[in-house]
Amino acid sequence: MSDQTPFIRCENVSRVFEKKLDFASKAARALGAKITEERVQAVDDVNLFVMPGEVVGLVGESGCGKSTLGRMICDILPQSSGKIFYKGQDVAFMNDAEKLDYAINVQMIFQDPFASLNPRKRVKNIIGEAPLYHGLTTNGELDGYLTDVMEQCGLDPSYKNRYPHQFSGGQRQRIGIARAMAVKPECLVCDESVAALDVSIQAQILNLFMDIREKHNLTCLFISHDLGVVEHISDRISVMYLGRIVETAPVDELFDSPFHPYTQALLNEVPRLDKRDVDFSPLKGEIPSPLDPPSGCHFHPRCAHAMDICKQVAPERREIAPGRFACCHLDSN
Amino acid sequence: MTTPLLDIQNLKTYFYTRAGVVKAVNGISLTINKGEVIGIVGESGSGKSVTGFSIMGLVDPPGKIAGGSIKFKGRELVGQPESQWRSFRGNEVAMIFQDPMMTLNPVLRIDTQMIEAIRTHEKVSRSEARRRCVEALAMVGIPSPEERIKAYPHQFSGGMRQRVAIATGLLNNPDLIIADEPTTALDVTIQAQILSEMQKLCRKTDMALMWITHDLTVIAGLAHRVAVMYAGTIIEEGPVQEVLDAPLHPYTEGLIGSVPSRNKRGEPLYQIPGMTPSLINLPEGCPFRMRCQRSSDACLEVPPVTVMDDGRKVCCFHPGKQS
Repeated sequence: MSDQTPFIRCENVSRVFEKKLDFASKAARALGAKITEERVQAVDDVNLFVMPGEVVGLVGESGCGKSTLGRMICDILPQSSGKIFYKGQDVAFMNDAEKLDYAINVQMIFQDPFASLNPRKRVKNIIGEAPLYHGLTTNGELDGYLTDVMEQCGLDPSYKNRYPHQFSGGQRQRIGIARAMAVKPECLVCDESVAALDVSIQAQILNLFMDIREKHNLTCLFISHDLGVVEHISDRISVMYLGRIVETAPVDELFDSPFHPYTQALLNEVPRLDKRDVDFSPLKGEIPSPLDPPSGCHFHPRCAHAMDICKQVAPERREIAPGRFACCHLDSN
Repeated sequence: MTTPLLDIQNLKTYFYTRAGVVKAVNGISLTINKGEVIGIVGESGSGKSVTGFSIMGLVDPPGKIAGGSIKFKGRELVGQPESQWRSFRGNEVAMIFQDPMMTLNPVLRIDTQMIEAIRTHEKVSRSEARRRCVEALAMVGIPSPEERIKAYPHQFSGGMRQRVAIATGLLNNPDLIIADEPTTALDVTIQAQILSEMQKLCRKTDMALMWITHDLTVIAGLAHRVAVMYAGTIIEEGPVQEVLDAPLHPYTEGLIGSVPSRNKRGEPLYQIPGMTPSLINLPEGCPFRMRCQRSSDACLEVPPVTVMDDGRKVCCFHPGKQS
């Protein structure tokens, strides 16, 4: 596996959101008021790679920057610094043809099946627009093409002329998947794609994912806050906390022996069917504001093992075992 | 035998819409005892929230309680005048909603809202009421409650808002709290914090808790008893241990099977075939009949509630374990 080129690789990728000062604040600052620009480091120096055909799960609490990272990988949002490589090639230095290939091959599926579909378009236009534009099919063959794609995603092809509001949540999510699959991508980035669904519908959509992934040998980045879901479908998992990836490990190892204190706490708190009548002993405190993150290791105010060094120095990413990375000052023993 | 805290018999809540009568709650019976934690599980549209609203007398037109009885400490609630409801709601039973902003008024400070909740039901001085509010906030784990009580709802984070909503519910020491998906919108770590606070409260104060959720895994850790709802009826009820380990109803079995962590990693999840039926025209007989592998001709009639030898209740003609 190590001699293969990763499908997608992020190297020290960061993203900063800034709120520019308006005229009044600028004037006030010129007169000596202590006003600074609000700055959010949404993604901070992230290294991540996804091998061809691999499913990588990205977990974290809301506001930790996992969606921002997903958007940067899909080239919807530019990164502030760092490099993203697609099949070994730096995305920033691609020519137009290469860029198009990248845009088609990396598709995103969104969380909210109600907000992500244009309510004024028919299903056939929603799914058919992109492949038509990119010349994957012609006007004459479109109908057959749509039938194929829709059947593959478990939709009845006779619904082509319907509008999104005529479908239930689970079916809308299928339309979202069909839209992404219509251009025959090699990689899917799923941003909380099952979070808004009921358990039984969620099971259907997850099965559909696993099914099309296997059939088309898709590469997948699966972003979710639900550890149970991520555990079920991922090969490798990265855990994010306040803009940084704190641990990356193969799924079995992560769940059997989590290394980072945050991962341990997170796993400990996942409610499970076989955990009955438990005494909940939660992690104290909340995720700090990304406007003013704690110094050193971001997790130290909530960490039971925090040492002096944690408050001052941000831990480096290091390999604690082959294929396992963590950012923590604690020794592996 | 003592009277149960809450005794619901054959409750029916219907919504009379233009498209037809929506039978959101279609004849459920349920009892809750003092200090008990009961979980109500079901998918969206199964009528679990409407059950909660019916107990609180919060069903608005076109909805109506069409039949049945709700007895609280032996007192009949259905059909009592609105003035009675007002003294009952928030005093003896409190409800916590999924979205804490539904409970909190965004333009009033927390203290104004909480003090009002106490003084509606009791004649106490403002300072005494404020002291109790601060106590309640401390009890749900809000740091420095004396200062935070002066804040507005938007100054709190989602998890903290939910704590304020819970604290407001606790103010009048209710005997029963109905929690309608209070942790669904929250992160796992915050959810664990809220669950831990609720659990501590129940153990300490002997308060009963009705926890409405679609998440079986939360129920597994928290509740003593669980009732599974499907299309407006309770199809199975019993102690959490037994229901989750050996479900009797095929729907319960399907629900448990579709939880990812229960399955082998990477393998297809169990799928309940089909979709939930429309509540306007329910299929005849057992509502689950169309999606059920065990269905037979007997299922064309509505299955009665069967009480098993060990006290578990199930609505099915073919209950039991299946491979």
